[in-house]
Amino acid sequence: MNIHEYQAKELFKKYNVPTLRGHIAFTPDEAVKAAQELGGNIWVVKAQIHAGGRGLGGGVKLAKSTSEVREMAAQILGMQLVTHQTGPEGKLVQKVYIEEGADIKKEYYLGLLLDRALEMPIMMASTEGGMAIEEVAHNTPEKIIKVAIDPLTGFQSFHGRKLAFGLGLPVEEINTFIKFASALYKVYMDHDAEMIEINPLVKTGDSKFLALDAKMGFDNNALYRQSQVNEMRDLSEEEPTEIEAGKFGLSYIKLDGDVGCMVNGAGLAMGTMDTINYEGGKPANFLDVGGSASAETVAKGFDIILKDPNVKAIFVNIFGGIVRCDRVANGIIEATKITNVNVPVIVRLDGTNAVEAVEILKNAGIANIVAATDLADGARKAVAAAKGE
Amino acid sequence: MSILVNKDTKVIVQGFTGKEGTFHAEQCMAYGTKIVGGVTPGKGGQEHLGQPVFNTVAEAVASTGATVSMIFVPPAFVSDAVMEAADAGISLAVIITEGAPVKDMMFAKAYAVKKDMMTIGPNCPGIITAEECKIGIMPGFIFKKGNVGLISKSGTLTYESANQVVKEGFGITTAVGIGGDPIIGLSYKQLLPMFEADPETHAIVMIGEIGGDLEIQAAAYIKEHITKPVVAFIAGQTAPAGKRMGHAGAIISGGAGTAAEKMAALEAAGVKVVVSPADIGKALAEVMKKV
Repeated sequence: MNIHEYQAKELFKKYNVPTLRGHIAFTPDEAVKAAQELGGNIWVVKAQIHAGGRGLGGGVKLAKSTSEVREMAAQILGMQLVTHQTGPEGKLVQKVYIEEGADIKKEYYLGLLLDRALEMPIMMASTEGGMAIEEVAHNTPEKIIKVAIDPLTGFQSFHGRKLAFGLGLPVEEINTFIKFASALYKVYMDHDAEMIEINPLVKTGDSKFLALDAKMGFDNNALYRQSQVNEMRDLSEEEPTEIEAGKFGLSYIKLDGDVGCMVNGAGLAMGTMDTINYEGGKPANFLDVGGSASAETVAKGFDIILKDPNVKAIFVNIFGGIVRCDRVANGIIEATKITNVNVPVIVRLDGTNAVEAVEILKNAGIANIVAATDLADGARKAVAAAKGE
Repeated sequence: MSILVNKDTKVIVQGFTGKEGTFHAEQCMAYGTKIVGGVTPGKGGQEHLGQPVFNTVAEAVASTGATVSMIFVPPAFVSDAVMEAADAGISLAVIITEGAPVKDMMFAKAYAVKKDMMTIGPNCPGIITAEECKIGIMPGFIFKKGNVGLISKSGTLTYESANQVVKEGFGITTAVGIGGDPIIGLSYKQLLPMFEADPETHAIVMIGEIGGDLEIQAAAYIKEHITKPVVAFIAGQTAPAGKRMGHAGAIISGGAGTAAEKMAALEAAGVKVVVSPADIGKALAEVMKKV
């Protein structure tokens, strides 16, 4: 789960990670009010969406008067902001963050994430602030300094020194930087964060460090104990069908093909997509129905898959283990009574009681249900059906 | 022969008396696994499925001589259970539970390593030595005895692969479901040498997926140290970047962890890589001809 910049900054403030003062606004009027409250004569109007690259897409603008604040807020609010992370359709901007201006002397990058190979968090810093870190990593990897932080010891000053000297900071700025980095590590650990990215981290004219931007993602498995983070969840930033699927214990991701897939298990679900691709078709979605594959979950699965108008056929691929295939077959038949399935459904059931299951499907005599003998056969039939063959 | 577990392995169950623990412990016992007891704090002294229940893992180990623990406790209690097992001298913990926080696993794994305890999982189907010992939730009947070792991040793809191996007339020595979370216990790199050293294993099937670089590490290891033929499939060739595909660790982030890079690394290491998972059995039959 991700949160907005302004929300990440709220968490930062509680841990004394320096940020600028700012207010959230949903209308141009509120934006002006926010600017007046902040005072000063320069403000930044920032679109709040869950995607990076907002500045380049025209979602971050500098205003030198309150009338400019109004004008820019009016421009940004309601726009479909397109960045390299949103996809071509962009994302609707529903709120803007009005922040005071800052005297920026130099921009850096600072990030924290789990290193899966080391099995501990790593903090990364770079002098190339403001650039996409993936690009820096690709073109000039020597410009990224990394330190692994053993969670058993936690963040130590030497971690901070390694980063600070690596960035070429003068000696008198090192302690300020260490304090900043140490507080950031605490934000990360205390909230079960998956990643924090500050891009840019800025050094001001008076040699202070500030998080000018802030991006945070969290471990979904830990949300049960992160009530404050949970309250920050913005459902309007997530795919509605994915949210709905989640309510029924289904894991669904929409893709752009025309062969719908319903599979038990995430690995087999990905494998099914790959098989469809291999057989010359294009998968319309990833869908893991989980372990039970009952009539209700299968029916819900059909509903969700068929919300996508591109779907021309559905491939149901279930490998019954503890779940018996005859039960799944009955579930599929029940599901077709609950919901209207108007495309060919290719069903491959293997594993426990598969023979009985095929009998059950045959005897039900439902016109648009086609039995398949194995994974390849099912994929081929589904691809052909989607092509109208 | 086999790796890690066999018909003599003594197993306890943490979360023994819960619904999941009970159901699967019973299935494992029916398969022939020596479940010698279980742990449910507060229920010590009772009997469950004909076996003793203990309050602590230490008591269970002292009383039964168990060396392996199968963990079914709810996600919030997984790290505690793993650490308790490590502290009590268990040598292998098989963590079935799905949904344990990553931070918890980071601490639990570090402690397990310190205590010399191996772990499998979390969020995995477990481990099975065909027709001897099943410690997990997989359907045992699929795994006919034979000469193929199996390592997989995915549960149902493990069943799919084993089924194809058997349909081609071969069988399994041991199959290990290592799980697809960001932090897992035993991985390819630790399991490959075990299969290499097992005289009964003649070939290895390895199932990977997008995210992380364990498969890349495996490729480097295979190139240097593995003489037995390896067949591999990497799930998620058609997965979009930046999306979590069901498993917490199955995500292409920052352009890294793609199926293409893993497949290329494995191929360069001499592994027979299949593009479609439907071809795992056939590819295995091909490499077995040469053994």
